[in-house]
Amino acid sequence: MSDTRALPPLPEIEPRQAVEVIVGFIRGQVVQTGFERLVIGLSGGVDSATVAFLCARAVGADNLLAVRMPFRTSSEASETDALRVVDALGCRTERVDITPMVEPMLALIDAPEQPAAADVLNVLNVRRGNVMARQRMIVIYDRSAAFDALVAGTSNKTEALVGYGTLHGDMAAAFAPIGDLYKTQLRGVARHLGVPEEVVAKPPSADLWPGQTDEGELGRSYDLLDRALFALVDRRWTVDRCVAAGLDRELVEWVAARIARMEFKRQQPPVAKVSLRTPGIDHLYPRRRPGSRR
Amino acid sequence: MEYRIALAQVAPRLGEVDANFEMLADRLNAAARDRPNLVVFPELALTGYLLQDLVPEVAMSAADPRLIALSREAPDILIAVGFVEETDDHRYANSAALLRAGEVIGLHRKVYLPTYGLFDEGRFTRPGERVRTHEVGPPVGRIGLSVCEDFWHASLPMLQALDGASLLVNIAAGPSRAPGSAAGLAAIAGWHKMQDTYALLGTVPIAFCNRVGNEEGLTFWGGSRLLAADGSTLAEAPLWEEALVIGTIETDDLRMQRYGLPLLADERMELTRRELDRIIAERAGLPAPLQEPV
Repeated sequence: MSDTRALPPLPEIEPRQAVEVIVGFIRGQVVQTGFERLVIGLSGGVDSATVAFLCARAVGADNLLAVRMPFRTSSEASETDALRVVDALGCRTERVDITPMVEPMLALIDAPEQPAAADVLNVLNVRRGNVMARQRMIVIYDRSAAFDALVAGTSNKTEALVGYGTLHGDMAAAFAPIGDLYKTQLRGVARHLGVPEEVVAKPPSADLWPGQTDEGELGRSYDLLDRALFALVDRRWTVDRCVAAGLDRELVEWVAARIARMEFKRQQPPVAKVSLRTPGIDHLYPRRRPGSRR
Repeated sequence: MEYRIALAQVAPRLGEVDANFEMLADRLNAAARDRPNLVVFPELALTGYLLQDLVPEVAMSAADPRLIALSREAPDILIAVGFVEETDDHRYANSAALLRAGEVIGLHRKVYLPTYGLFDEGRFTRPGERVRTHEVGPPVGRIGLSVCEDFWHASLPMLQALDGASLLVNIAAGPSRAPGSAAGLAAIAGWHKMQDTYALLGTVPIAFCNRVGNEEGLTFWGGSRLLAADGSTLAEAPLWEEALVIGTIETDDLRMQRYGLPLLADERMELTRRELDRIIAERAGLPAPLQEPV
């Protein structure tokens, strides 16, 4: 392990001011859409816990529904931690087991021929993970209609930049309150908000299969990922400059390639222009404007 | 002689012109109780900022009856306010009007429309072509109006100071970047340093009114301030939240400041013009303009 003092810095944030801005943003979204309530998927991890605390601060815990959506293989600890967050906030909660919804679809995903190569197994894991993430999206959007609530997103900036998320799954939301916070910034914000320490301190995991951790799956620590992302994105450094500043070339090149390859996940699909005026190209409006409120 | 300036740091609603007129009239009446000579509202206070293709829907003539009616709410008070102006020949400008007793006594069209980074103003509005000052009579004298980004070009406030301005009024819709980080603090400190410097070099008081509130993902930072001709702070509004702050300008301070520090009187405008003519010609690859013999 190299000496981190010689590496490009981590993004820093003073939580009080970030929280003030994000809570104002959430209130703005609610006012501009004419909703009063919010719904989120609560996994037991630090991201959704932080969003739960931010939402409760913005609209009150009574107006927040946190939906827990375990699968058969989900860890017990995730459920325990999700309930810690619910207890700390006093928000509404529901538990919807996605196992019976997901299993028929998983049965359609062929088992690999034996012995399977690692990349084949990896694709199968990604497909299974996507099915679960998209099923949770279906449940969340159904609950949003039932509870008359907007869906608050729980994706963070690290995930968005390296594309570590499922399109139309966990990335689906009405707005993204922590979408400009790196993973390593989230812990400080979470502690400032009073998220239970057990949730803040544990290793991040999508919990899509037993023993999975984000850092294991990505093959890199969030500490190093965020240093590289902050240098490349926020400070507009070249790969060479990141390397000269002490990061591994392999890491920086991997991150830079990931950012480019995953651009499609961060944008609306391009529209083939065949008319005089085309949404997204030359029909450009703010998402929330007079008439967009219910 | 003394006069009072109120800075109305408000949060306009995007695209909701009628609601904004109502809100500004309320604030104007609230401010009027403290008997200010001038009330300053932010950039695009009547329309909101991130308008995109809403521009033609919210645009109005500088002689719009609603603007006239607003100024008649408090006929003794001078008002500076931002709006989208549609000229008689249908150019759309980000404008600041000076109003009193139902009359437009000054108008500035934003000259520098930021179209880089998070800004896209030049896509939707056209730049102004004039830098002027407006005589409003005693005790205020002559006002130099500008809009936000105009202040990031030192030539503009310095031209107004040389043109006889006894007060510079800059109205703004400044979105925060990286709140809670060193970079975010540096961005706000940059605005302050620049204002302090213009007050000092222009030996002129400055009224800066920046908006607050949220639009889409942007949060506007506020921090409106009133500076004396020696660069000292006379009044300051908080960051992020709506506020109405009032400060007093002593006209004798301007007199004595300019006697003790005769920078404007000493300014070598003809030298500046000659060198500018040369630089302009050289950059265009043209022959140097006639210069007096060396």
